Amino acid sequence: MEHIVIIGNGISGVTAARHIRKLSDKKITIISSETPHFFSRTALMYIYMGHMKFENTKPYEDWFWSKNNIELKQARVNSIDTENKCLILENNESFPYDKLIIATGSKPNKFGWPGQDLEGVMGMYHKQDLEKLEKYAPNNKMCKRAVIVGGGLIGIELAEMLHSRNIPVTFLVRENSFWNGVLPEQESEMINKEILDNHIDLRLGVNLKEIKSDEKGQVKSIIITETGEEIECNVVGLTAGVSPNIEFVKSSNIETNRGVLVNRSLETNIKDIYAIGDCAEQRDAIGQRRPIEAVWYTGRMMGETVAQTICDNPTEYKPGHWFNSAKFIDIEYQTYGWVWAKPRENEARFFWQYKDGKKAIHINFDKESKEFIGINTFGIRMRHEFFDNVLTEKKSVNHVLAHLADANFDPEFYKQHEQEIVAKFNKEHGTNIKVKKKSWKRIFSKA
Amino acid sequence: MKVVKNIGLVISLIGFAIFTASIFTGKNKVNEEAFNSWASQQVKSEYFIENAKKEIVGKELSTAQLTSILIENAKKSNEYHKSQQEIAWEKIIWIKWNKTYKDFVYPLARASATGWVANNIGLFFLVTFGFAILGGLVYFGADYQLLGPPGIKNNGIFQHSATNRGILGMVAFVFFVGFYMLLYFFPNYLINPILSVNGISKGLSGNDSSQWFLYGFMYCAVMTVFAVRMFIKYRHNNYQIVRTAVVLFFQIAFAFLIPEILVAFNQPWFDFKNAWPLNYTFFFDWNINNLIGSGNLGIFMLVWGILLTLVIVPVMVYFYGKRWYCSWVCGCGGLAETLGDPYRQLSSKSLFSWKVERWLIHGVLVFATLMTALTLYTYFAEIESWKEVVFGLSAYDIQSSYGFFIGSIFSGVIGTGFYPILGNRVWCRFGCPLAAYMGLVQRFKSRFRITTNGGQCISCGNCSTYCEQGIDVRSYAQKGENIVRASCVGCGVCSAVCPRGVLKLENGPEKGRINPTQVLLGNDVDLLELMNEK
Repeated sequence: MEHIVIIGNGISGVTAARHIRKLSDKKITIISSETPHFFSRTALMYIYMGHMKFENTKPYEDWFWSKNNIELKQARVNSIDTENKCLILENNESFPYDKLIIATGSKPNKFGWPGQDLEGVMGMYHKQDLEKLEKYAPNNKMCKRAVIVGGGLIGIELAEMLHSRNIPVTFLVRENSFWNGVLPEQESEMINKEILDNHIDLRLGVNLKEIKSDEKGQVKSIIITETGEEIECNVVGLTAGVSPNIEFVKSSNIETNRGVLVNRSLETNIKDIYAIGDCAEQRDAIGQRRPIEAVWYTGRMMGETVAQTICDNPTEYKPGHWFNSAKFIDIEYQTYGWVWAKPRENEARFFWQYKDGKKAIHINFDKESKEFIGINTFGIRMRHEFFDNVLTEKKSVNHVLAHLADANFDPEFYKQHEQEIVAKFNKEHGTNIKVKKKSWKRIFSKA
Repeated sequence: MKVVKNIGLVISLIGFAIFTASIFTGKNKVNEEAFNSWASQQVKSEYFIENAKKEIVGKELSTAQLTSILIENAKKSNEYHKSQQEIAWEKIIWIKWNKTYKDFVYPLARASATGWVANNIGLFFLVTFGFAILGGLVYFGADYQLLGPPGIKNNGIFQHSATNRGILGMVAFVFFVGFYMLLYFFPNYLINPILSVNGISKGLSGNDSSQWFLYGFMYCAVMTVFAVRMFIKYRHNNYQIVRTAVVLFFQIAFAFLIPEILVAFNQPWFDFKNAWPLNYTFFFDWNINNLIGSGNLGIFMLVWGILLTLVIVPVMVYFYGKRWYCSWVCGCGGLAETLGDPYRQLSSKSLFSWKVERWLIHGVLVFATLMTALTLYTYFAEIESWKEVVFGLSAYDIQSSYGFFIGSIFSGVIGTGFYPILGNRVWCRFGCPLAAYMGLVQRFKSRFRITTNGGQCISCGNCSTYCEQGIDVRSYAQKGENIVRASCVGCGVCSAVCPRGVLKLENGPEKGRINPTQVLLGNDVDLLELMNEK
C-alpha cells in the first residue's frame, strides 16, 4: 500500500490528509514536532486572551485520527533523502515514504536585529511562542511593557492579546500608516485610529535598531532607529511578517527559492514530492496572486487540490477569486476580489464610511467598463457567494450596489446602510441606482 | 470604575449573605387556632394532634425545632397506630423526604412564621433583594466602561475560577443546587425569604406569598440584573439586545405578572406561553377540571393550550426555527440566556455528549407523551387516577414520578444547578420534551438555518466554544455547510463571537438549506463542481 507522508499538521497538511482518506485507503502519516494533534493556529491568540482553552482550538477530537486511520507522529524532520525516498528525523531515524507532501508552513521573520534572540523576545506563530508569552507576560506586574515590532496582521493580534491583560503595548510600525502596503489609505487610517482608541502606543514610520539585554540575558529595552529613543520593556514581539519554514529542505536537491518551488500541480522538481500551503512558492504567479500566499484559505485549498492529484486525478491548483478576512481588534474585515492599496490606471474607487468611523466599504471598479473588481468591507459582513458570483459573471459596480441588501451578511436587526451607501455613490457618480429589496430567490438561485 | 464594580459586588454579596442566613434563622410561634386549622387539613390521628399540640402551641421555636417535633411526633404516632390490633391506615402519616417537608411541615411553618423578619418585611426585602439587585446592577453597570469599546470581550473567561469550574464555580454550583433542593423539597426552611416578598404578593394577587411566588419573583429579579449584563456585554449586537429584551418581557409579563393578576380576579393561575409538554401538568385531571370549571376564560385557556402545542408551536418553528420559543419566549431559556450566559462555554462539544443528549431528550419526550396519553385515557374513561392501570402503576404514580424525576430533579436541580459545571442549557439540551418536539420540526421541516459564509471559516473554534447547546458549530462551518441541528436554540452567540463574519441565523427557502459540500467556495470552480455534484 502506498505510504503518503505529510510533514506538518497545520491546515494544509491536515486538509490534504483528510481528502486523501476520503478518496483512497492509502497509508497516511502526518509528522509534526509542534503538537501531537492539529489545532487552529488562528486561534492561538484566544487562548492567551482566555476566550478558549487549547482543547477548544482542536477542530477534531483526538479519536478522529485513529478512526480515520491517519497516523500521527510527533518528530522533527532534519532532512530529506530523495534518492532513498526517506526522511531523516532528529534522532537519526530514517522514515520512508512513497509520496511526500511538504506542508511546514512559515516561521516569523527576523532581520538580524541585535538582541533578537534574547530571553523575552518571541514571534507569535507556534504554540511554543504562546507558551513563551505566557511565561514572560502573564500579567502587567511581570511585564510592565511590551514592544511589538512590525505592523501586520499578527502584530495587531499580539497587541490585542497583550492589551486584554492590561499590559501596556508600544507598537512599532515601519510604514507611515498601519498595513498600508495592503490597505488603501482610508482603511489604514481607520485601523490606526482603532489601535489608538484601545490605548496602544502606536508609533508609525519607525524601525527597530536594537534590543538591549539586562545582566540575566533578558530583554530590558529597545532602541528606535529614527529617534534613538530607548523604551523599557520586558517582552518584545517580532511580527515583521513570516517566511517559509523550509531550512530542512535546503540540504536536499529539492528546488527552493524563498519557498519550495512548485508547479501548478503543486509538484516540486522531484517526482512524488509536493509542497502546499505557506511554504510553497509558485514558479509562476497565478493571476494577480503572490507566488507565496501565507493565508489559511489558500493552504486549505492546496490541500484539497493535492489530494486529487495524489489519488490519481491530476488536478491543477486553480484558486478561484481572491478573498480574505481578518479582525482588527473590534473591527471585522472581509475582502472579495482585488482592492489594491493604490488604484491602478484603469481603476476607479468608491469609499463610504459610517459616521462612527467603525464601518466602511471600499469598492474598486473599472473606470470605463464599470466592471466590479473588488471590495473591502469593514464592520459590515458580506456574503462570499454573492461576490464570488459577481466576479465570475463580471457584473458592474452598479449591479453590486443595487443588490447590496442581498450581499449583506450581518446578523438580523443590525442597522442597514445600503440606502446611505448608494446615495453617496449616486451623488459622486451622477447615477440613479436604486437599492433592491433583499430577495431570497436571487440569493439562492445562484447557490 | 473598578472600585465602583467592587462596591457593587460587596453590596450584592451582603444581600445574598443576609438572604442565605435567613434561611437558617426562621422563627415560628404556633397559636392554637393556626394549629387546629392546619391539623384538620393534614392529619387524622388524634394521637398525633394531642401530643404535637402540647409541644408546639404557644412556644417560640426555630423552624428546625418545629420541623423535628412534627416529624418525631409523626413517627411516634405511626408506631402507636401500627401497634394497634386493627391498624387505622388513614391515620398513618406518610413520611417521605421529597414530600413530607413541603406538603406536611411547610404549611404550618408558613402560617406560624414570626420574629424580626415577620415584623419588618419591607426592611428585610430591602436588605436582601434590594441589596442584591442594586449591587448586581452596579457590578454589571460598571462593565460599560471597564469592558472597553463595544465588541466581543470574552477576555479571561477560561482563566477565571467562576467561569472555568474553579472554586467560585463550585460555590455557585452548591448554592444553586442547595437552593433548588430547599425550594422543591424543604420549603419549610425558606420561610424568611418567602416572607420578604409577602408585600408584593399581597399587592398583586391579594394572597400571601408562597415558595412559588418567591421563586417567580427571584427568577424575574435575577433575569433583569443579568439582562442588564447582556445589554452591556452585547451592546454592539442588536440581535442580542432585542432577543434579551423580549425574553425578559415574556418572563415578567407572561410567567409572573399576568398569572398573579388572573388570581387577583379569581381566575386560574395560567402562563399563556408555557406549552405542553414542557408544561407537563396541562392535561392532568385537576388542571383540566380547574380550567373547565373557570368559565369562559378557563375554556379559552384550555383551547389556547391545545392550539399552542398543536398549531402555533410547529408553525412558528417552521418559519423561524425553535429559537422563537427557546431563546425569545421561554422562561427556562430566558434564565439560561441571562444568569446562564457566563457559563455557556462549559457545555461539552464531544460526539459522546451528542449521543447522550439524543437518547435523553427524546426519552423524556416519549415519557411525557406516554404519561399524558395515560392521563387522558384515565380521564376520559373515568378511571380514578390512583387505580393501577399499567404494570401495577396508576396514572398518579406515573405523574408523580415524572414530576419528581423530570419536573423537579432534572429541570430544576440539575437543569439550573449544574450551570457552573455543564453549561447553561443543561435542561434545554438534555431534558426538555418541548425542545425535543420542536427540534424534530426544526431538523426536518423548517426554514431556519445558520448559514455558513462560503469559504471564510478559519476553524478558530469560537463558535463551538460558546455554543451553549454543545453543537460543534465549527465542524460544519469549516466544511462550508449550513448548520441545521435539531438542538440549535438560535441564541445567535456563535455568529456574534465569530471573528470572520462566517455565521448568520436566517429563515429562508427550504431549498438549499442543507448543503453538504466536499470542497469549499473559493477553490477552483471546476473542482468544486466535480466534487460537490458527486
